[in-house]
Order: sequence, then structure tokens, then C-alpha cells
Amino acid sequence: MVTEAKEKTLVVIQLTGGNDFINTIVPYNNEHYYDARKKIVITQTDVLPINEELAINNNARPLKRLFDEGKVAIVQGIGYPNSNRSHFRGMDIWHTCEPDRVGSEGWLGLAIRDLDPKSENVLTGVNIGQGLPRAMSVAGVPITSVGDLEGYGVMNKIEQERLKERSLQAFKDIYGQAIGSGQVAEYIGKTGLDVLKGADLLANVATQYKSSVEYADNSIAKSLRDVARVHFANLGTRVFYTNHGGYDTHANEMPTHPKLLSDLSGAISDFMDDLKEHDAADDVAILVFTEFGRRMRDNGSGTDHGSGGGAFLIGNNVKGGLYSEYPSLNPNDWEHGEDLKHTIDFRGIYGTVLEQWLGLDAKPIVKGEFEQIKPFYI
Amino acid sequence: MVKIYKGNAMKSDRQLVAHLMRRAGFGATPQDLDSLTSDKSYEEIIDDLVTPERFEPIDMSYVERYYTGEPVAVHVGKWLYRMANTKRPLEEKMSLFLHHIFPVAWGKSEHGPSLYREIEMFRSTGLTNFKHILLQLSQDPAMLFWLDNHENHKDEINENYGRELLELFSMGVGNYTENDIKNASRAFTGWTFRQPLSLYPYGHHHADFEFLPEDHDYDEKVFLGHVGNFDGEDIIDIIVEQNAAAKFLSRHLYNFFVEDEVQVPSWETIDPKNPQAIEELSKAYMESKGDMRHILKTLFNSDFFKNSLTLSKVKSPTELIVGVIKQTGEFNTPTPGIHEFAVTTLNGSAIEGPLAIMGQRLMNPPTVEGWHTGSEWIDSGTLSERIGFVEKQFADPTKPGVSEMVSRAGNLDDNPSELVDRCLDLLGAVNVRHETYQSLTDYARELKGLEDSAGVHNLIQMTASTVDYQFA
Repeated sequence: MVTEAKEKTLVVIQLTGGNDFINTIVPYNNEHYYDARKKIVITQTDVLPINEELAINNNARPLKRLFDEGKVAIVQGIGYPNSNRSHFRGMDIWHTCEPDRVGSEGWLGLAIRDLDPKSENVLTGVNIGQGLPRAMSVAGVPITSVGDLEGYGVMNKIEQERLKERSLQAFKDIYGQAIGSGQVAEYIGKTGLDVLKGADLLANVATQYKSSVEYADNSIAKSLRDVARVHFANLGTRVFYTNHGGYDTHANEMPTHPKLLSDLSGAISDFMDDLKEHDAADDVAILVFTEFGRRMRDNGSGTDHGSGGGAFLIGNNVKGGLYSEYPSLNPNDWEHGEDLKHTIDFRGIYGTVLEQWLGLDAKPIVKGEFEQIKPFYI
Repeated sequence: MVKIYKGNAMKSDRQLVAHLMRRAGFGATPQDLDSLTSDKSYEEIIDDLVTPERFEPIDMSYVERYYTGEPVAVHVGKWLYRMANTKRPLEEKMSLFLHHIFPVAWGKSEHGPSLYREIEMFRSTGLTNFKHILLQLSQDPAMLFWLDNHENHKDEINENYGRELLELFSMGVGNYTENDIKNASRAFTGWTFRQPLSLYPYGHHHADFEFLPEDHDYDEKVFLGHVGNFDGEDIIDIIVEQNAAAKFLSRHLYNFFVEDEVQVPSWETIDPKNPQAIEELSKAYMESKGDMRHILKTLFNSDFFKNSLTLSKVKSPTELIVGVIKQTGEFNTPTPGIHEFAVTTLNGSAIEGPLAIMGQRLMNPPTVEGWHTGSEWIDSGTLSERIGFVEKQFADPTKPGVSEMVSRAGNLDDNPSELVDRCLDLLGAVNVRHETYQSLTDYARELKGLEDSAGVHNLIQMTASTVDYQFA
């Protein structure tokens, strides 16, 4: 694999709601799985085996293709101690690396601060979607959050040059003066100034983009297409973030989960093709995570909150394969009734990405030292 | 602080009433403020707000002729129309409050009629009492489906509703055990809904609540130290007597009406910003057994509310958008197009409308936790959309409210600071910091002669684009 001195970029995809890892990477020869899962179960004939024990869900066919090409690292059994099964606490913990108290600083926000300590580029961290994820939120770290790439910026509709200039100046005055007038006003003021900077940089991104890849018409595909458009404009973005919702499959899992997996894996594979077409595939790694796994036993229609889920690292420079261990499915090993016991701490995977991919010191960000894996060729 | 427009012999303070109407409703036009302040005392206005029966409801049979069809954006559009035009603003604000704390998303059921019906339930229960609200909620088909209680069976417990009822809807983490969740869930077994008639050929119908005795667990349960053969209503009876419920609801009300709090999951570990206020509200809750009118009256009449004008309370996208369309007057009658504010790719539109880009797809909250509010409404993308939205709305002089505002504001030959005063008042007695006021005045002064197209409308747009305008 060829590596260049070029800076690496990380794309984080959050699967919101708690992806059912057991039905994503299926233990298709395991009796405990078939004992526990009565209705929400993937049959042995409906899988894409990767070895004697595990198979990729049939609906994630594009993921299987990428796996076969050696570009997918499956991190099995990722989790954290004492999961309390709450989405919100779960997400908080994943976002802030603070399992014992409520943290306020997001791990990627801290990483972005280290990548760009003087906040010289408001595009070092870019969120595609609405609402800033807590993972990126750290006071004073500018993040550009793009819900609508075409309409980004202010005073766009004023055509006459002098009027536009004077209006932008007034906006700048008003937002600049909010600095020092209370925490929230100051935050809004700073955000407004960042919009001005980001809008200048992003002005031509949408029109410059050309690609033969046709992304599907769903939310995650659109988001990854926006990631591609901004990335190919070479604006210095090191961390992209986006989220794919709907994974809280307490009910109707059998019809809904396949579509999620199909949309997600299709979008990732289109994105990878797009990177290849733009000769950018070696410098981008994707991290896919979710806040927890789901329980061993199904509830008849879906699965309830559990622990011990799974994450994925995907990219040209990723050494494909299985990492860590699949959580034990044996009922004797379950925690809290019927949760799977995690086998690797998520902070070790963050550490892996931070140190080995982005070249940062992970310890202050993840608050400690955790077991890492070696998933990169670099 | 800016100079405030003062009329003759007012019964109540214009800026305080404007504040009240922004928080308890969706803002007031200058004409509204004229009549409210000259006719009624502050206390009388609150009395009217908590007694909506004194005012005619909107005639929806008329409105629904204009806004028809099943798309969820149309349902949201009708709701926006109500918010902008109701004579019962607090009733409508409470329906939004309950949608915030009991968020159900269309994306799971894709069943608009049931969701719209849930909002109607919020409207009719928002000013009753907490027990009634929780009971209606627990029998609401949209909620039952959203949190899978129709899959909560005697022999196969699904604890989704039971968990969120305790964690997110009534008491908060730390006030119950995993065992309480299990027992509460058992008590709600058999609480489900009847499938609605199919769309073809019958038309749009909502689902109805149904109790299936054969699927209900009649055995003994232990819940929060009480023992009995409880059903769901018994569980709610026990919940609403808890101090934890009083505190939880009080903090929600404080967060929604007074000052932004941290997000709900942090409430367990982070103290309220104003513990005294939460005490006062909890006391009002306990002494009235959760009577919403009494609690809200206590809230709006309190010193902490009257003094909250400068506390940080960021407008939600809904508050911003409805506040603006009240001013522009475009939808004072059921003009087509109101649903365009609510379209989103999540419900099949090719484009995102302003509510979505600002981060609040009504009837489509991101998770069961609802929206993160306060400063989390603001990021570079949502702020860019807020500014773009007001720019667009106030740029169009064919809108009745805009032409009225432009003519009342004056023209660029006027004294700049008087011009700014009038713009602030026209936008609903907006409160701005001194520095903002200065910048607006400088802008007003220099606008003249800048370009042919420069006019008072630019000053109105800039006023609504300020940092200050983002606060409710």
C-alpha cells in the first residue's frame, strides 16, 4: 500500500439508536444465538459468511464486497464497563469518554483542537447534518456544521455589492461584540463569525464537484456525498462527522434493520468508489460506531437495549479482518441478565484512531490508556 | 437597554408583556401589544392565558379545507398555522411543550393521522393535570406504537415504554430501579391500539386505544415500594405523588419557559440553575396535585419569571419561525404554502425546509429524548439558516405584515436611532444589548445612499439577524 506524507482524514459515522451487532455480524453457526433469538434472527441461509463462525448480514452486501477487498476492520465486542442501557447516557459516554461523570467536552472536539490549536481553519472539523454532535463540541473550538451546503452563509440574497458589504460588516460588528457578554451570547457571536469564514471557503464547493458515482436517495448516502464534496475541495478538513438514525429497533426489527444496513453499506461503498475516482482513498479512514449493542434474547418483535456492540474501520489503508473477540454468547457469560460482555473498551479504539491515524496523543483525550489494535497499514 | 415605546396610561409594561407573550406564546405584534397593555394588567393577561376557554378556538373546518392531504408536512403546517393565529397562545405552547418532552416521530409509524391526533391530545390536556396527561399519553396510539407497547405482552415484556416513562417522561434517572422498570412494564401489558381503517378506500383515520384483558399481567407487582396488582393507571397514580415527579416537571417547565437548563440526561448530576424556582414550582405542584394551570400561573407571576428577560433562553426553530410568520402576516388566513416550512427529506420531500435545516423537524424528533435545546440549537449550519430565513421572509414587501412594518418604520431620512427604536418595537418589542443597538444605528445611518435598493427593510432584516433576536 502506498502512503504519502499527506494529512489523514477521519470520517465518523454514528449509528443512532444502538445497532444490533449480533444481527449485523451474525454468529451463524452458534447454537446459543439460535436458542436466544427466536424471531429476530438471521437464518443460516441468509448470510454472507466470512469464516466458519461469522457472517455478514445478507443486506449489507456492499460491506461484504469491501470486506473481501480487505478494507474493513470489524471491531468485535466494543463497549464500556457498567453500561446502564440508556441511549442518552450511552451516547454521552461515547461522545465524551466520561463513563463515571457527565462530561462536557467531546473527544473529537478535543482532537480538532490538537489538530488546529490556534483555530486557524473553521473547517478542520465539519459536521454534515443538523445539530452539532456532542462529540465535536468543546468550548472555543470552531466546528462547521453544514445542513444545507448550497445555502450556507449569510446575506446571500443581497446582490448589490456595496449594500452586501455594509450588511456583512454590520453582521460582523454585532456578532463580534457579543464576545464577552455572557456565555451563550458569546457562543452565538463566535458561531456567527465562523459562519462568515466558512461560507467564504465553502462558496464554490457544490458547483466544483464532479463525479460519476451516483449515490442512492437516502439520508446517509446524501450525507456521505456531502462529505465527499467538501473533502475533494481540499479545504483542510481532518475530521468529518455524520449520523444515520433509526437503529433503536425494539419492534419491527425484521423489516427495518435490513433497510438500514442496506442504505448504510451502499452509501459507504459509493463513498469509497468516489474516493477512488478522486484519487483520495489512501488518506481517508471511516469509523462507524453505535452507542450500544442489543440484548441476546429478542422480545418477539425487536430487541431491547444491551451492551457489547461492534464498530467498523473502513478504508484503503485499513487492514481488513476481525479485531478483538466476539463477545461470548454462552448464557453463563451474560451480564445484567442477558447483555453480552464487551471485550474491548471503545476508548482503546478511539486511541487507535487518534494516535495511529491522526497522529495525536490520545491519553488526554480518552482520559487514560486503553488497549489499542493495529488496523492501519501506515 | 434601549428606549421603550411608551403609550398613554398603560395598564401593563410593554416590554414585560412582550416577554410574557414570547414565552407563553409565540410573540406578539405591535398591534397586539398596544391593546394588551392598554386594556389589561399583567396579572389579568396571565389569567387569560391559563383560561383559554374565554377565547374562541380556531375554526379548523375552514382551515382544513385549505390544508388537505396526508403528508406529515401538511399536518405540521396546520399546527404552525394554529400557533401563528390562535387566540389561545398558551394552549398551543403547551402542546409544543408536551411534544418536546414526549417526543414521537412520524418516521417510525409513518402514520400522520395518529400523530396529528396526538398533538390534539396534547392541546386538550396541556392545561389539565399531570396525572391526566400521563394517563392520556399512556393510552395514545402514536406513543404506544413509538415505544412498542403494543409489543409489550403478558408473556413477553417489552420494557421500552416502561423505561422511558420513568426515565424521560416523569421522574428521571436515579429515582427508580431496573426492577421498577420491569414491574411498570408489566402493568402496561395489554395497553395497545386498534388498527385504523385502511387509507383506501376509507380515507385518513387515526388508530384508537384498546385494552386487551387477555394480554394483561394481573399478577402482583412491586413498584417504588408499593405492592399490589397494579395496572398502568395505578403506576401513574404512584408516580405523580412522588417528589421526584414534581421536581422533574418543574425543571422541564423552568427549562421551557424561563431559562435554558442543561440537557435532561445531566439532570441527575447537575443541579438546577435556580433551585429556589424549582422549589416554588414543586410546591405549587404538590399543593395542587399537579394542576397545570395553577403551576403555570405561579410560574408567570413569579419574580424569577419577571426577571428572566435577560436570562439565556434560545428560541427554538419553531418559536423563531412562528414568531416571524406572525410578523409577516403571510398566513393570517389559510394561504397555501405553510407546509413548505415543514418539508424534510425524512418524509419524502426532495428538499429540507427551514424547520429541518434549523434542526427541529416537528413530529419527527431525532430520538425519544427529543431535541437538545438551548445553545445546542445553534451551530454554524443552523445559524446560517436562521439568518437566511429572516432575510428572505422580511425581504418580500408583498406580505401584508412586511408592507405594514415598512410603512410604520419610517424611512432612511429619519433620525437613525428613532428608526432603530421603531424597528425593534415592530418586531415585537425586541430587547437588544447596547452594543447591538449602536451597530444597528450606525447601519441605519449609512444605509441611505448606499445603493438604490437600500431601504428600511434592510434594517428590519438586520434587526432580526442579530445575536439578540436568537433569544426568546
